[in-house]
Formats: sequence, C-alpha cells, structure tokens
Amino acid sequence: MTEKPVLEVKGLTLDFATRRGTLRALDGVSFTIGRGEVLGVVGESGAGKSLTGTAIIGLVERPGRITGGEIRLNGQRIDNLPPKEMRAIRGRKIGMIFQDPLTSLNPVFRIGDQLTETLQAHLPLSKAEARQRAIELLIEVGIPAPEKRIDGYPHEFSGGMRQRVVIALALAAGPDLIVADEPTTALDVSVQAQIITLLKRLCRTRGTSVMLITHDMGVIAETADRVAVMYAGRIAEIGPVADVIRHPRHPYARGLMGAIPALDTRVKRLTQISGSMPRLDSIPKGCAFQPRCTMAIPRCSLERPELVQAGASRAACWLANAETEVPA
Amino acid sequence: MFAYSIRSIAQGLLVLVAVAFIAFSMFRFVGDPVANMLGQEATLQDRQELSERLGLNDPWPVQFAQFIGNAATGEFGVSYRQARKVSDLIKERLPATVELAVLSALVATFFGVLLGVYVAINRTGFLSNAIMSISLIGVSLPTFLIGIGLIYIFAVELRWLPSFGRGETVKIGWWSTGLLTESGRKSLIMPVLTLAFFQLTLIMRLVRSEMLEVMRADFIRFARARGLGERVIELRHALRNTLVPVVTIAGLQLGSVIAFAIVTETVFQWPGLGALFVNAVQFADVPVMAAYLMFVAAVFVITNLIVDLLYFLLDPRLRTGGRTAKGH
Ligand SMILES: Nc1ncnc2c1ncn2[C@@H]1O[C@H](COP(=O)(O)OP(=O)(O)OP(=O)(O)O)[C@@H](O)[C@H]1O
Ligand code: SF4
Ligand SMILES: [Mg+2]
Repeated sequence: MTEKPVLEVKGLTLDFATRRGTLRALDGVSFTIGRGEVLGVVGESGAGKSLTGTAIIGLVERPGRITGGEIRLNGQRIDNLPPKEMRAIRGRKIGMIFQDPLTSLNPVFRIGDQLTETLQAHLPLSKAEARQRAIELLIEVGIPAPEKRIDGYPHEFSGGMRQRVVIALALAAGPDLIVADEPTTALDVSVQAQIITLLKRLCRTRGTSVMLITHDMGVIAETADRVAVMYAGRIAEIGPVADVIRHPRHPYARGLMGAIPALDTRVKRLTQISGSMPRLDSIPKGCAFQPRCTMAIPRCSLERPELVQAGASRAACWLANAETEVPA
Repeated sequence: MFAYSIRSIAQGLLVLVAVAFIAFSMFRFVGDPVANMLGQEATLQDRQELSERLGLNDPWPVQFAQFIGNAATGEFGVSYRQARKVSDLIKERLPATVELAVLSALVATFFGVLLGVYVAINRTGFLSNAIMSISLIGVSLPTFLIGIGLIYIFAVELRWLPSFGRGETVKIGWWSTGLLTESGRKSLIMPVLTLAFFQLTLIMRLVRSEMLEVMRADFIRFARARGLGERVIELRHALRNTLVPVVTIAGLQLGSVIAFAIVTETVFQWPGLGALFVNAVQFADVPVMAAYLMFVAAVFVITNLIVDLLYFLLDPRLRTGGRTAKGH
C-alpha cells in the first residue's frame, strides 16, 4: 500500500452545539483507507462510527458541525467544499449504504427510476442508456429477472433484495469509496452473509475501497483488511485485522476480542465490558476508558494517550507497548 | 383494489341511507306537510284525502322506502313555499354553487400546496414567517368576517369588484355559467377567495408539516447520499410522498367547501344552493331542506370515493395490497 490512500482523515473533530454547551462527539479521529482496502470499524453504540461516516460523505446534520481536522479524498480536501461540489462527489466518488434497506428506498418511486436518476445525476447517459445500465447493475447485485423487476416498487422486494438494490444504487456511478453503515443489521440472519459476500465481491472486482461499520466481529474477521476500534469519539486502536484480533493492545479492544474464542467461530455481537461508555458531556479528562479499565495507572486519569505504534497496529493507551509484560 | 372499492362504496351507501333517514324524519317532525300544502281553510276530509294520496297513512318503513326510491331519482316533491318542484329549484341553483366550490377548491389546493412547499423549504425566511402568520388569521378568522372585509376594501372603497350576485351569466343547456362574461368572472373573485381562504391555509399548513416530516425520512438521507440535488429531493422525492396524505385531506375538504359555501353565499348574496337552503330553513320548507341534506351527503360520499381512487394512483403500496386482497 505504497500508493496514495483513497481516504485520509486527519484529526477530525465534530461538535454538537446544545443548550447545555458544546458536546464533542468526535475528537481527533485519524485514519486512512487505501485503494481497494476494506476498513472495518467497530465500537459500542454511540462511539461515533456513524458520525465519522456521515462526516466523510458530508451529510452531518445540525446541530452537528465539523470543527477541526480535514478529510481528503484522493488527496483533495473535501470537508470544506461548497455544497454543490460536495454533491457531485456524493454518489459519484463516495457511496453510502445505510442500515435499513426498508426505509432507504423511496416507497413511491419504481426502483428503476431511482437507479436511472442516480446514474443520470452523475454520468452523461441518455434515458435509454441509463435504463440499460440500471438493468446491468441489478444483474450484478443478483436480482433475478431484472428486466421485469426494474419496474417494481420497493415494497415488492424482500429485505435482502432491497439491500441489493441499495448496493446497486451506492455503486451505480462507480465510486472510489463505499461507506457501509451496518449494512446487514436490519436484515434476516439468513441473508446477512449473502449481502456481505456480495458487497465484498463487487468492491473487490471494481477496486472500490470500503469503510465497513458493523457490530459483527465475525464479519470484520472475514471481510476487513484493517480494523479501527472506536471508543467515545476517538480511535482506541487501529491496525491489520489479524493483528488486532490476535494481539489487541488497547484494553478496550482486548475486551472486545476476548469475546472471540477462536478465529473461525462466529460471534454475533460484541460482548459487553462491565460499565458503560461515558456520556458525551462527562468524558474523563485523561483516557476515556479509564473508569472501566482494569489496568489503569495513575497517569491514565491525568493525561490523554495518543495513538502510538505498537507492533503492527497503533493504539491509544499508555500501556500499548507494555502489553507484552502485562498478562491479558 | 376491487375488494377495497366495494367496501368504500358500501360504506358510502350506508352514510347516504343514514342521512336519508334524518331527512325523512324532518318530514314527520318539522311542521305538518298537509297543513303546509292545503293552508288553513281546508276541511278535515280534504286533509284525509291528501294524507292518503301522499302516502302519509302508510307505516313509516314503507314511506321511508318510498322516500329513498324518490331521492335516488332526484325526486324530492314540491317546495312548500315556492310551489315548484324541488328538483327544478336545485337544478337552477346548482351551477352557481358548483362553480364557486370547484374554483375555491382548485385555488385552495393549488396555492395551498405551492405555499406549503415554499414555507417548508425556506423554513426560516422572512417571507415564510409572514406567510405562516397570515395563515394563522385564515384559520382563526370566521369566513363571514373575511368576506365582509373583502367587500369593504374591493367593493366599497376601491370599487373594483361587485359586492353581490353572480353578474351576467350565460346559459349552456340547463347550466348557467358566470365564467364566460367579464362581470361574471369579476363577481366570482371575492366569493372564491373568501371560500378558499380557510381551506388554503389548512392545506398549506398540512403540506408544510408533512413535508418537514418526510424530509427527515431515511430515503431522503439516502437520496442525498446518492448525490441528488436538493431541489430534486424536495420537489420530486419529498413532495410526492407528501401528496399522499394531502390529497386525501384536500379531497375530503371539497365536501366541506360545499357545506361552508352557505356562509359565503349568504354574505355575497350568491344565488346558489346554500342560499336556497338558508331560505328554506327560515320557512321550514322541508322538501328543500331534505334535498339539500341529501345533496351534501352525496357530495361527501362521492369525493370520498374519488379520493380512495387517487390514493391508489399515488401510493403504489396500496395497489399491490389491493391486488392481494383480490386474491391474485
Ligand atoms: N443531534 C445530536 N445531538 C447531540 N448528540 C448527538 C446528536 N446526534 C448524535 N449524537 C451523539 O453522537 C455520538 C455518536 O453517535 P453515532 O451515531 O456516530 O454512534 P455509532 O457509533 O454509530 O453508534 P451505533 O452503533 O448505535 O450506530 C453519540 O454519543 C450520540 O449521542
Ligand atoms: S490508557 Fe490507561 S485507562 Fe486508558 S486504556 Fe490504557 S491503561 Fe486503560
Ligand atoms: Mg451508527
């Protein structure tokens, strides 16, 4: 991965202006995604995974606001683009898949219309060409009888089929990066694996990079190249999947991975570590994980650890490199 | 769709029969038809003969069945006061009311949707706030005050528009229209505005709140993530979803527009059905009152059916729902 990364996020900070003051929901988040790479993002609810995704695609809603850092796509800064230019990037350069396929599609438009409007918004295609392209896309995502189904309405599709359509929509204009925010959580367990496999296959053949947000460590283990563990609006640990799973440096990551008895056994949900993540208005001054950490040292409550290299990964823990001496 | 329609039609018929029963009861409890028709000097024998001839001595279910049979063919007997057939009176007055009500409904729907979309899109603009404030007046001011206010400004002070009547009308078959002459059109302006104002503000507020609701939907977020323009999202995706409930309400309002027309017709001395009804009430002219009641009920029922049909056109989910109901 010596070539330039597709996505570079550096020191991303995102605040919510509320009546009771400013809440910092993302605090100095930095990571990169290389071309064709799949970055898994895990962390418990409220850690800031979705916010990171929405910030990348430029859809942060008020009262949220990016207050620091930068986001670069293929080297070009995109976090401060005027709305019109950012719109041209959305769908064309970055696609997004949301959690719920049942509500992602507009119920009153045929799926063909939704596909062609997306295609025509980004590519110089005639109506007939766009329709042809739409049918090809439906074939690619495995919708049977696409010439017929293209004129169907969303409610005529099952959940899994709808998520296939959503994937087709996200990939329609050939983006360099897909942000998939829990793309299978809302689906029936029996089709979850199919959808992940499909997404992985399509992105690999197209060389599309993926930021895959999920709670499913099994999916991460099978799909991702690297994984970022988020906690309280920061990255706690980031590194190659095998490394982080087998050799987590951050106590929080270790807690998560402890839930995987063996690499080949599926664990559906992240097991809870005792205690809960601090609310945004009461994040400790030092390490955010300190109140729940069984290994904390006095320094932890005073100074905030930054990401440091630890083996093949980077972890934000004062003991990241002392890990070998301390039993897990 | 078929089963659904049958149910709607059955419900409509039930409403009509119920209203017919009320109308029928008026004959029995409001005034004495025989005395009304024969005057004070009639002999007892005359009275009995007439009673027999009118079928007033039959048991009431028989009379009611007869009433319904007659009503179905538009036959409501003879006006006590004007000694003319009620059906002729109605035919004479119908065009004035229909032109007033239909134009008002069109004005209210068109401008209601237009302004509603505008204030929803420009939520914080000065003009939006002004429109919303004025609409509050529309909701809270009684119709007759608005009418009198308009008359004062445009008829008394400015002398631009006539203050009463339909102006010159042109006969087309039995229909008389005010749309083909200048004085007819001028005469329509104020009554139409007066009658439309309340519905307009209602529809506008409905469109606004529905639209704001729809704009928060997941499929709007996904449409943004696909890179569609904000205008396309608002005017295509959001508006289409907004229109489903709005059409229902607006359509159902046509019935109340006709009912509300009573006030407007009185204020502007508009020679329509409402004015006919008000006169009939003053003189306990039961056949006319009964006919008017049945007319309004029929309008309500018919608009209801049309709205149901429109629903199918606008909301594809119902179409398939109906197909399943039909049994495939
Ligand atoms: N409008 C808002 N005002 C204040 N705080 C908000 C707002 N929207 C989100 N947040 C906060 O931002 C934080 C991050 O939310 P985010 O949706 O990114 O979490 P997540 O990691 O995706 O969680 P999940 O796994 O539940 O999807 C949460 O603590 C949430 O409370
Ligand atoms: S920095 Fe301290 S408190 Fe934080 S995770 Fe590491 S050991 Fe625990
Ligand atoms: Mg989330």
